Amino acid sequence: MSIRRGGNGKLQNRNCNVMGFKKYLAKRAITMFGVLMATLLITIALVGSNMDAILKQSVALEIRQQVTNNKSLVSSFKTPDQLNSYIQNQIKQRVVALGLDQPWYTPQRLGLAMYKILTLDFGHAKFLTSDTGSSDVKDIILERLPNTILLFTTATAIVSLIGILLGAIAASKVNSKIDKITSGFAIVSSSFPVWWVGIIMIFLFAFVYPIFPARATPTIPMTDPGYAVSLLYHMALPLITLVLIGFGSWAYLVRNFLVGVLQEDFIMAKKTAGIDKKKILYRHALKNAAPPIITVLALSLSGSLGGAIITEAVFDWPGMGRLYYEAISVLDLPVIIGATYVLTAFFLVSVFLADMLYGYFDPRVRRQ
Amino acid sequence: MSFSTKEIWKEFSSSSIGLVGMGILVILFCMSIAAFIAIPAETFKEWNDPANWLTYPKSALPVWVNYFLSHKIPEHMILKPQESYQKSGNVSVVTDVFAVDYEYDSFPSDFVYQYSVRYAGAPLVQLSVTRPDGLSSILMSTSLPYSYNETMFSGMLFSTDDSMKKNLENNILFSFPVTALPSQDLVFSDPDQNKALKGHYIFKAKIYDVDGSITPDQSTFVLGGKAYGLMGTDELRRDLAVGILWGTPLALFIGITVSIGSVMLGLVYGVFAGFKGKTTDEAMMRFNDIIYAMPALPLLIILAVTIGNSIFLIVGFLVIFGWVGIAKVSRSMAMQIKTLQYIEASKLMGQKDFKIIFKHVLPQLLPYTFASIAISVPAAITTEAGLSFLGLGDPTFPTWGQILHDASVYGAAERGLWWWILPPGIMIAITGLAFVFIGHAMDTIVNPKLRR
Repeated sequence: MSIRRGGNGKLQNRNCNVMGFKKYLAKRAITMFGVLMATLLITIALVGSNMDAILKQSVALEIRQQVTNNKSLVSSFKTPDQLNSYIQNQIKQRVVALGLDQPWYTPQRLGLAMYKILTLDFGHAKFLTSDTGSSDVKDIILERLPNTILLFTTATAIVSLIGILLGAIAASKVNSKIDKITSGFAIVSSSFPVWWVGIIMIFLFAFVYPIFPARATPTIPMTDPGYAVSLLYHMALPLITLVLIGFGSWAYLVRNFLVGVLQEDFIMAKKTAGIDKKKILYRHALKNAAPPIITVLALSLSGSLGGAIITEAVFDWPGMGRLYYEAISVLDLPVIIGATYVLTAFFLVSVFLADMLYGYFDPRVRRQ
Repeated sequence: MSFSTKEIWKEFSSSSIGLVGMGILVILFCMSIAAFIAIPAETFKEWNDPANWLTYPKSALPVWVNYFLSHKIPEHMILKPQESYQKSGNVSVVTDVFAVDYEYDSFPSDFVYQYSVRYAGAPLVQLSVTRPDGLSSILMSTSLPYSYNETMFSGMLFSTDDSMKKNLENNILFSFPVTALPSQDLVFSDPDQNKALKGHYIFKAKIYDVDGSITPDQSTFVLGGKAYGLMGTDELRRDLAVGILWGTPLALFIGITVSIGSVMLGLVYGVFAGFKGKTTDEAMMRFNDIIYAMPALPLLIILAVTIGNSIFLIVGFLVIFGWVGIAKVSRSMAMQIKTLQYIEASKLMGQKDFKIIFKHVLPQLLPYTFASIAISVPAAITTEAGLSFLGLGDPTFPTWGQILHDASVYGAAERGLWWWILPPGIMIAITGLAFVFIGHAMDTIVNPKLRR
């Protein structure tokens, strides 16, 4: 860094910073892409052999059906053995044509599979279908994804809002009653698994006091005009649970960041200058604590996407998490691969956003 | 940055939250030891064996709920006999006496006398009851199949047997219509009105044999009730107290193994990268970034489904995703320590990198290590519980997550079986809290900045 003063120097500095930031972002983007590929590769490697077995089975079934349905073809064979060997031959040809004769880890097949997935061509699901009846994995995922995003972004937004407010209050009165209660609540609430609290909430507010529905999937069809309202009503219980479990640790986190900032010299200087305490807290301290808070915000959003699998399974919320759970329980491999890819992609986008925001707010990162 | 053990302990013992955590942990360890002593390890397998739980009640409440109820619900009792043997002339009699103090406001759901004897000849089994009001009645009698050689026989007498009701009607005068009532509602009833009669009941089972030999083997009297044990039972009749008790060592094992494994791995990895620096550091950190950014739960699920779900494998999988954060922190710490003069000095003296890392760098990081081990235990426990809850855990071990999985499969929340849902979750939270408290107390020692 140059220590020269003057316009020219500043400009140079800025250019240098922007360059550094771009380089930093490029580096992060490459890492993220690497992660995406690695996750995809691991997923395919783990399910590949199963996938092949299932594909071969379905090819065999399909051809056997085709041949037996073709009466004139069947009657042209004299013995059942001939028919059988004909079918076997056909299956072999099809298997070769599909490239299934080679193991899944040959470069061509692996490359093809990765390319297909990268272009969002996930193939067809074996068992699961979308509500409209399509078995295209892309359709199924597109149907579920908005629900997950709706639930978890709403929850994260509410949680962070409450958390920041409560954290700021706690930080302004360190060691006061409210500070201690916040910290205590944060530690206790984060020790309970979200899904367990979900079960308790269902038990309490869907059965003991039947206020909310136990299953979070709306019962009316999607085309109904009341669907949106019904969806929101069904969303209430999972949302309340997520907020209840989430805001405590948020407040605690914000409080700790703020307490750190409030000890800095510039805050002391402002205090001695007689600036209003509240103004210092909300204007200056919060602004300086923003980078880590925003990072945690982005990370917790992406983290909750992974946790969504169990939460959505508990509440029966029709999102990506439940889709994943359903796909695992019937071992619907195309759906598993597709959902893993989409979940990973979302996760990475939010990690990348967090990096970007952090770099934007905290210039030290750019200069590394 | 260096601390002596004594100093750390001194600091730690002045932190009340740390002591609370330590206290909980000691209790949990005592529970684990109790589980090992009270319940032999082979019985682990019997958790999922329905035959093992036949004499237990279905979805019974914990016994202590009676303290809060004005209308006492009957406890489920598995009674052991007072056995006596008499022989007069050529008649031998085995008598099993079961005494019950019945202090409940409603009738038991049923009762069963289970017995097994070794005999030759054709013995007669007779069950009778003497009630607190002095009335007594034969309940049932049955003869065992004739056998010339000595054989083993096991049988049961059920309260649902028709002859039992007839015997009761003949022997005790009830002043209310009895036709619609099952026999347990008569045995324990006040003769004037159909209400439970409290007091001391004696059930007597006699096995007679003329000219034969008879040796009793085992017998129990099961008085079916709606409350059992400290924690109740689940839909599969399993005693939840046993499950919760067994879950403790399992949770501690999973939590502690995973956290020690991942912290050690992360520490060595991070320190090595930070100490080496340059390209090695860059490459190692990129790899770290890749693992760091992977979505753990979906991959854990895929791993459990495709590779296997034995408890040891799951511990391994959790370590794979657990070490990355610690590696990052210990790398930056190692980079600071690296610049200290005595490290430079030992480098100049020609010490091997490996030796410097293990002798001079790692010991400096030990206090931090302990704090991170404590802090990363709860996540390991909750993640394993989550996997088990989804049905992907090791089914042979009754972990708390496994119990919750069964609860959700049998719709415990919908049916209001709160004693099945609450304890496992509370135990998970308490165990997590113990480590969070300890970690928190250690963290304040390691990072003096937090103390302000």
